Amino acid sequence: MAKKVAFLQGNEAAAQGALYAGCSFFGGYPITPSTEVAEVLSIELPKVGGKFIQMEDEIGAMAAIIGASLTGAKVLTSTSGPGLSLKQELIGYACIAETPAVIYNVMRGGPSTGMPTGPSQSDVMCAKWGTHGDHAAICLVPASVQEIFEETVRAFNLAEKYRMPVMIMPDEIGAHMRERIVIPEPGELEVINRTAPSVPPAEYKPYDTKFGDVPPLAAFGSGYRFHVTGLNKAEDGFPTTKAALVQAEEERQIRKVDANIDDIVTFEEYLLDDCEVAVVAFGSTSRSARFAVNEARKAGIKAGMFRIKTFWPFPDKQISALATKVKAIITPEMNLGMCTGEVKRCSAGNAPVSGIFRVDGEPINPTQILEKIKEVM
Amino acid sequence: MSFDYDKYLRPGKLPHIWCPGCGHGIVMKGLIRAIDTLGLEKDNTAIVSGIGCASRLPGYLDFCTLHTAHGRAAAFATGVKMAKPEMNVILVGGDGDGTAIGGNHFIHACRRNIDMTYIIMNNNIYGMTGGQFSPCTPTGALASTTVYGNPDPAFDVAKLAIGAGATFVARGTAYHATQIDKLIVEAVQHKGFSVVEILDDCPTTYGRRNKYKSVIEMMNRLKDVAVPVKAAEKMTAEQLQGKILTGVLHKEERPHYTDEYAKVIARASK
Repeated sequence: MAKKVAFLQGNEAAAQGALYAGCSFFGGYPITPSTEVAEVLSIELPKVGGKFIQMEDEIGAMAAIIGASLTGAKVLTSTSGPGLSLKQELIGYACIAETPAVIYNVMRGGPSTGMPTGPSQSDVMCAKWGTHGDHAAICLVPASVQEIFEETVRAFNLAEKYRMPVMIMPDEIGAHMRERIVIPEPGELEVINRTAPSVPPAEYKPYDTKFGDVPPLAAFGSGYRFHVTGLNKAEDGFPTTKAALVQAEEERQIRKVDANIDDIVTFEEYLLDDCEVAVVAFGSTSRSARFAVNEARKAGIKAGMFRIKTFWPFPDKQISALATKVKAIITPEMNLGMCTGEVKRCSAGNAPVSGIFRVDGEPINPTQILEKIKEVM
Repeated sequence: MSFDYDKYLRPGKLPHIWCPGCGHGIVMKGLIRAIDTLGLEKDNTAIVSGIGCASRLPGYLDFCTLHTAHGRAAAFATGVKMAKPEMNVILVGGDGDGTAIGGNHFIHACRRNIDMTYIIMNNNIYGMTGGQFSPCTPTGALASTTVYGNPDPAFDVAKLAIGAGATFVARGTAYHATQIDKLIVEAVQHKGFSVVEILDDCPTTYGRRNKYKSVIEMMNRLKDVAVPVKAAEKMTAEQLQGKILTGVLHKEERPHYTDEYAKVIARASK
């Protein structure tokens, strides 16, 4: 059977990926360079009985999707840096109330308004540390239009599976680039829905650890009545200040991700078997890195690439192992060293780490990376 | 014949957090009586709040309850209602929560005319944080952050709601307890965004600082300032000086949001 091929922009692919995953509710606010996601879903969602709402602000959009998620809908919002800053308040709410939600954030320059139409990779720390308090984070960093589609589906799967907000963050290049994409057939990609309660309403507790670290989530209006709050809560969902309960609840929320790192973390290893100099890259920068690695190989240098696909949780184990194998690591990124810091932490001095940083609104080109490869070898 | 409140209260969740003399409990009882009169199904009713003393109310009630973040009740509730229009959605909260940090969500919920009812307990102060002035604190009043007298003018919550497009706006007081449920019943029955402002009292952080000798004195003030809209029609401007109108202040029929979105779905599906 002929595959369905399309020529899509990254943001359009995200919208299509969301529909593939079964998204039925989108709440958003216009912001460059992510607005196309909202535009496409405003057209497509009502066709399938879904709901699109443009809210009064970024915070309202985040609030609306959490409210909708609690009725059982699979929900998405899209934004970019300044919007991500605003949404942090309620990203924390989704964390503590353990509500599935997907946040699609296109990385542009910052801080503040920064460079709205320029590419950047400087929101990766905001994805983990943006909201206050301890919480787990999942953040995916796709590098192509095809991958934006597939990783949007996976973002929904992870949000539903682990009952938490999940971020997918292409840089502006990936979001606005148009590429050939093969649309997966229905059923070709796995689609996960949250676990519904198996107990009758009278016995239901929204955070019942009897069912493990990710308790089943009932929907409002489905015959289950329960309480949801942003306060630290006990298993029944009601606020508590009991020290032991709060400690256990917070640790469980971190453990949801920490104990499942191998299920969540994804990466690509490119020419790493005999590699002496490894480029650790993500997003669009990895495309320049791949080109540079190929050029270096032609010049007789044993170069390779470790491509990060899941930024949070960070691939600690893999980077640590890589650092004991190679002579040098190069970390190109469109920020001033966010990934580099993580790579240095994981390499623990076993391999020197050299960053290539750009925050001028221009992509990192292959020549820059190739020069650095030659310099360190 | 006594009304059975217990059948709507969650077992084991009382006592509530409210101070002696606070009017929030009176409003909660009015809401319960209204829900009983309306016959709202517990499973099909969401009660949504923000942050503050008044916003603790949903936790005591045996419905689908959502205690959100400060000021965000209207935005969360909009998501609930849009996703499941068949649910009854009632919002509760205080004046600071609803008209300051939540002001933007409030006016836009009014503008959309989304079919929900918002009960604002206006006690003129941020009570939970210890008595800072709110957008509803009268000019000149004393608060912990206006010890020289409040320089800010206050919002008229009902006028704000009407101006922003709410299609049902009513006002009652914690003193006029039996009127509360009547106003809420009418508000919930109205198709569109309905706002019920209840003038309330905070003896702990407002009353003491503003020289009210007792809760009774605060309640008597509510009694004295309130003038039913009908009675006001026969009063002169001079007689109405310092008075606050109560009852149904505004009612109009206008298409409501989830109905309009159902039309969008119909047009898109063609």
